[in-house]
Amino acid sequence: MEAFINGISAISPQNSFEEERLLDNPVEYTGVRQLRCIEPQYSAYFDPMAARRMSRIIKMGVCSAMKCLQDAEIKNPDAIITGTGMGCVEDTGKFLVSIIENDEKLLNPTPFIQSTHNTVGASIALILKCHNYNNTYGHRGFSFESALIDSMMLLQEGQANNILVGGIDELTPDLFTITDRLGLWKKEPVDSLRLKDYNSRGSLAGEGSAFFALSNRKNIKTIARLSSVMTFFNPASPSENETKIANTGKPDLVILGINGDSSGDEVYASLRKGIFRNIPAAYYKHLCGEYDTSSAFALAMAAGIIREQRVPDIMKLDNVPAGEIHNILIYNHLRNINHSAIMVSSC
Amino acid sequence: MSDRVFITGAGIISSIGFTYEEVVSSLESSRSGIGRLMHIDSVYKDEIPFAEVNASNNELKELAQVPGSGIFSRTSLLGLIAARQALAHSGTENITEYRTGLISATTVGGMDRTEKFFSKFLKDKNHGRLRDVITHDMGDSTEKIAEACGIRDYVTTISTACSSSANAILLGSRLIENRMLDRALVGGADALTLFTINGFNSLMILDRNGCRPFDNDRNGLTLGEGAAYLVLESEEVINKTGKKAIGTVAGYGNACDAFHQTASSPDGNGAFISMNKAFMKSGITPDKIDYINAHGTGTKNNDLSEGKAVERLFAGSVPPISSTKSFTGHTLGAAGAIEAVFSIMAIERQCIWPNPGFKTRMSELGFAPVTELNREMSVRNVLSNSFGFGGNNTSLIFSKC
Repeated sequence: MEAFINGISAISPQNSFEEERLLDNPVEYTGVRQLRCIEPQYSAYFDPMAARRMSRIIKMGVCSAMKCLQDAEIKNPDAIITGTGMGCVEDTGKFLVSIIENDEKLLNPTPFIQSTHNTVGASIALILKCHNYNNTYGHRGFSFESALIDSMMLLQEGQANNILVGGIDELTPDLFTITDRLGLWKKEPVDSLRLKDYNSRGSLAGEGSAFFALSNRKNIKTIARLSSVMTFFNPASPSENETKIANTGKPDLVILGINGDSSGDEVYASLRKGIFRNIPAAYYKHLCGEYDTSSAFALAMAAGIIREQRVPDIMKLDNVPAGEIHNILIYNHLRNINHSAIMVSSC
Repeated sequence: MSDRVFITGAGIISSIGFTYEEVVSSLESSRSGIGRLMHIDSVYKDEIPFAEVNASNNELKELAQVPGSGIFSRTSLLGLIAARQALAHSGTENITEYRTGLISATTVGGMDRTEKFFSKFLKDKNHGRLRDVITHDMGDSTEKIAEACGIRDYVTTISTACSSSANAILLGSRLIENRMLDRALVGGADALTLFTINGFNSLMILDRNGCRPFDNDRNGLTLGEGAAYLVLESEEVINKTGKKAIGTVAGYGNACDAFHQTASSPDGNGAFISMNKAFMKSGITPDKIDYINAHGTGTKNNDLSEGKAVERLFAGSVPPISSTKSFTGHTLGAAGAIEAVFSIMAIERQCIWPNPGFKTRMSELGFAPVTELNREMSVRNVLSNSFGFGGNNTSLIFSKC
């Protein structure tokens, strides 16, 4: 199974939405515990009246989806598939609060309507009047990967020629507070670009929306090729799946999900001593923060690297030797339970 | 691609029974599970009926065979009970013998516990027990089931509102057809919560008298809870093990109505496309369908939209049709799987389930649902519809082996 990536759009804490060249002006956040997206002017992409009722995740999702389709010159995709780990957190919280505060009486249904995980995928379909296949995955660190696997199967089955697929998660003040109490984030404010060097527990919270136009056909818009997507549930050790990972071929570069959490990052360290030994390495979560669908941001970066044949300095983990980059393996894990490996190749 | 996807086991828990046999018995005796809310303290408990699984969380923990101290949402418990039943029903003893995946669906996940957390959290952001919020996300119940059943080869969660578990069945079938899995445990679970009770109530679509699908005087849906799972296996595995299948997933279709975030289009365009896709995939023509288990929520909008689509597709000869939601209520993310089990039961028992509560034919439609248990029919092919918020529509066709 494979898929050509013919369009990309990512809204993130970086300038990824506007930037022509990958990470041309990387944004550093100093003294922070969470990263928020740099949001574009939405009015250029959809009706401002419609936008007024949309929560941030819907706006970010719909906007990046629209730009991705424009980029790939696709009007009506054969499938719209999304992945979101936490779903529409803002609207879910709003409705929960209204139930409690109003003692279940006279509630405004809008936040409830917009609280379901499929809201972004459905909103895109509604705007495009797209009656084709539509699916949404909501499974922690597998959310985006599951959407990719579904997409690649649809292409292989001949059910679709062009697919819009994306990963979206939003961070809200309450979500940050709760996940902070759960110990997910570093207690001290950090400088984002030094995230991997703190040697302490916890990571930096983040969010983002990245959409991709996938196709079974290569064309002049083609940026890169998605050659393999694998998920590993709760492996006893990272080496457990070495054979499967090795079967996808030797990458010229690995992009690792290092998130600054001292115990979680040991997984990557052990892989770098094992199957990733002597393979140049890069990382990305200091740019976007940690969230369930961060691998969608990583895929946007990997495809950009293939297109430009250049690893932005800011992503390099150590001295990445210059050379042609034909295969990039993105390896990520969420809380050492959801491991995934995505191989992106040149065409 | 593998030839056929076989169903070798089914498990179910709902307001009309805790096991496959209990549920069949309720369907056969027209015993509805709609009644007074007992396990949730809502201001609407005396005003609106619900289809609740009549067991406390502690009782469910015992049925799910999990330790009393374990942190489980009600959705996880319902899911685990039905999942264990499905595996046992299929005679699956060694889960790792074949590449086995779990595709589970839910829309509320651990919202029951989140609600407990949030009422305290709202007063003080340092309050609320963290053990009540760690089960919030959709993936939690899936991972609990995967861990308990030892499933490792593919694990994911689908959340497309009320079509969620129909899409789980669709995905599991495709993973087998694409030879990525040999076996898949597919289905979904959703518990009743204040969140969904108030959500549907704020939309003013909860019938104060209990739902009456396809009735001219219908006035909304009844919310229910439950879980159901099917064990799907490839033809290759069936041939090797000689296992007896209880049916096949003959076809599936997924389409988007793309009309409105919550309302269905008046002509049921999305429903028509999803049913049509299921027929194309199965190679079965509409005249070969012996029974339609409709989505039939009982809302004015759904039943008209679905009814119009059914009439258009079956062009004047609509086969026996019923909605079983007047038994189980609308179980949201679990509905597609629960009704898939009802479809399999119809094939296994060779009967057509009635649609209790129906009195008057809808003025806009030329057909009425089945009102009495029908044992006179030969049931070979069943069409099951599941439609959700966002216009996410999925139709499945189940066939006799």
